[in-house]
Amino acid sequence: MKTKRPMTITEKILASHAGKKEVFPGDLIEARVDFALGNDITAPLAIQAFQEMGAEKVFNRNRIALIPDHFTPNKDILSAEQCKVLREFAKAQRLAHYFEIGQCGIEHALLPEKGLVLPGEVIIGADSHTCTYGALGAFSTGVGSTDLAAVMATGRLWFKVPESVKFVFYGNLNPWVSGKDLILYTIGQIGVDGALYQAMEFSGEAIRTMPMEDRFTMANMAIEAGGKSGIIEPDRVTLFYIQKKAQRPYRTYYSDPEASYKEIREFDVTQIFPQVSLPHIPSNTKDVREIGKIEIDQVVIGSCTNGRLGDLRVAARILKGKKIAPSLRLIIIPATQEIYHQAMREGLFEIFLSAGAVISPPTCGPCLGGHMGVLAEGERALATTNRNFRGRMGHAQSEVYLASPAVAAASAVKGRICHPDEVMKRGSRGFRGYGK
Amino acid sequence: MENEMKIEGRVWKFGSDIDTDAIIPARYLNLTDGGELAKHVMENERPEFPKEVKPGDILIAERNFGCGSSREHAPLALKSAGIFCIIAESFARIFFRNGFNQGLPLLESQEASKEIQDGDQIQVDLTTGEIFDLTQQKRFFAKPIPPFMQELIEDGGLIPHLRKKGFKKK
Ligand code: SF4
Repeated sequence: MKTKRPMTITEKILASHAGKKEVFPGDLIEARVDFALGNDITAPLAIQAFQEMGAEKVFNRNRIALIPDHFTPNKDILSAEQCKVLREFAKAQRLAHYFEIGQCGIEHALLPEKGLVLPGEVIIGADSHTCTYGALGAFSTGVGSTDLAAVMATGRLWFKVPESVKFVFYGNLNPWVSGKDLILYTIGQIGVDGALYQAMEFSGEAIRTMPMEDRFTMANMAIEAGGKSGIIEPDRVTLFYIQKKAQRPYRTYYSDPEASYKEIREFDVTQIFPQVSLPHIPSNTKDVREIGKIEIDQVVIGSCTNGRLGDLRVAARILKGKKIAPSLRLIIIPATQEIYHQAMREGLFEIFLSAGAVISPPTCGPCLGGHMGVLAEGERALATTNRNFRGRMGHAQSEVYLASPAVAAASAVKGRICHPDEVMKRGSRGFRGYGK
Repeated sequence: MENEMKIEGRVWKFGSDIDTDAIIPARYLNLTDGGELAKHVMENERPEFPKEVKPGDILIAERNFGCGSSREHAPLALKSAGIFCIIAESFARIFFRNGFNQGLPLLESQEASKEIQDGDQIQVDLTTGEIFDLTQQKRFFAKPIPPFMQELIEDGGLIPHLRKKGFKKK
C-alpha cells in the first residue's frame, strides 16, 4: 500500500486495521483486533461483562487466549473458582487457546513462544504488560476487562491513535548491561508518566544487537513509563525468532524515514551501567554502584519481564559453583513450562539448587504479591519484575527493588544489592550475545 | 443504572502516581464483587478511606492517577465505594479507558487538582466540566468530556451502552 504521508510503524499498523490509508495522532478509530487475551484475574470480569451484554458467541475461537497464570497453581479456593470460570467459558466457546497448568506459563512469555502473536498485528490483552509483544513489531496494548469483553464479542475496539516517540540507543553495551538496564535507565530519565498515552519506538544499533528476549523486556516495561505501547521494527533477529513458530501469516511494517515523531531521544549506551530501581516507583533508578550497601531478604528471578531462558542462563552463569548468602531466600520462576523444561535439560536447575535457590513452577506468583514468596512487614526484596509500588509484593511496609537477572543473581550471593563484577572475575563479559 | 450528571460531595485528596496496587492491592484480586472490593479500596494509602467514604464523594488526585496494572477492579472498587467522579491533573491510560467503561467519570483539570483541598465540599457538572468549590468559593473548568465518553457515562458504562445499541453493529 502506497501511503500518502510518511507514517510511523504504529500509525501504519493502526491505519491498516482501521481500513484507512492514513491516520493521524489523536484520531479516534475503530480497529480490527487480531488477537486478544485475558488471565485468571481479568478474564472472569470480562466473561461476566460478555454475558451481561447479551453476547452469545466469541468473534473467533482461534483468536482469543485465556491464560490462568497469576494465582496458579490455584493458591486458594477463590482463585480456583476464578480459574474454573475461565475453563468453563473456554470449553463452552470451544476456545482453541486455553492453557491449563502443565502447558501454561506467564502470558507474555507464553504467547510469543507459541507463535500466537505476530509482527504487524493489533493485539489487545486485559493485562497492562500486553505491550510486551511490541518487541515483534506489533501494535499491542493493555486494556481492562470490559474492553476485552467487547473485543471477544465483536473482534473490534476503539483506539485513539497515539503520538509516537522514538528512543535511539547507540554505542556498544557495557558488560552486564541488558535490555532491562536500558529500559530502567530510560524510565529513570523520562519518569513514570514520561510517555503517557504514547507509542514508544525503540531503535538504534544497541537494540539491533540484542536478542529477542531483551527486546521483550524493553517493550514489556513501556507501560512503566505510561506508554500505550512499546514497539521495535522487525529485523532478522525478529524474523529468525518468529518464522518457525508463527501460527498465521503475518506482515511486517516499518517506519518511514521521514515519519514525524513527537520527540526523538538519543541515549549513548556506553554511559549506561547496570541499574537498580529503588522503592516505591520504577522511575527511581540509579546506577547499582551508587546506592551504598542495601541488604536484602529475598531475591526473585522471574516474571514476564525477565523469566525467559536467557535470563535464567545469565543467572546460572553467576551462581555456578557459588552459594547464596545464608540470610537470604532466592526464588527462581521460569516463565513458561517450555522454559522450565529446557532449563532443566541444560542443567541450570542443578546450579540453582546447589546454590540454595528454590524453583517455582511457572506463575506470576510473588510479582504481584500473590503467592510463592510474599513479603512480610519490613522485608526487602530485589526482583527482576517490573513494578516496585508500595505493597506490590506483600505487606504495605515491605520494599521492592528492580534490576536485571545478572544483578539479582550477584546480589543473592552477596546478600546485598551489588554489581555482578563484585562476584565475578573481572573481564568476564556479561552480555549474552546474539541469538540463542 | 443511568448516571446523574451533577452532584455535590466531599473531596478526598491524593497525590501523584497513585497506582492500581494502591487503589486495590492484588491480594484482593481473587474477588470480583464490587461491594467486597470497595471494603478494601485505598486501604494501603489511607486506612480510614474505605470506612468513611460516602456515596457521591469525589476523589481528587495529582498526576498519572491509576498507573500500573489493567485491573478493572480499581475503578470498580472506587465506583462501588460511592465515588461519583475523579478529578486529576492527568490519568494513566488504561485507567482512563476502564473508568469510562465502568461508568466512572474522570475529569482533567490542573487547577482544580492543585487548589481544591481534602475535605472541601464541591459541586461537579459533568456535562459542562464546571467544578465549584463551595468551601473556598472558587470555580474551575475541566476539559469537557468528549461526546462519546458522555454517552458511556449516561448509559452507565460500555456494557450497558453496547447492550442499548445492540452490540452487533458491524
Ligand atoms: S509476571 Fe507480574 S507483571 Fe507480568 S503478567 Fe504476571 S503479575 Fe503481571
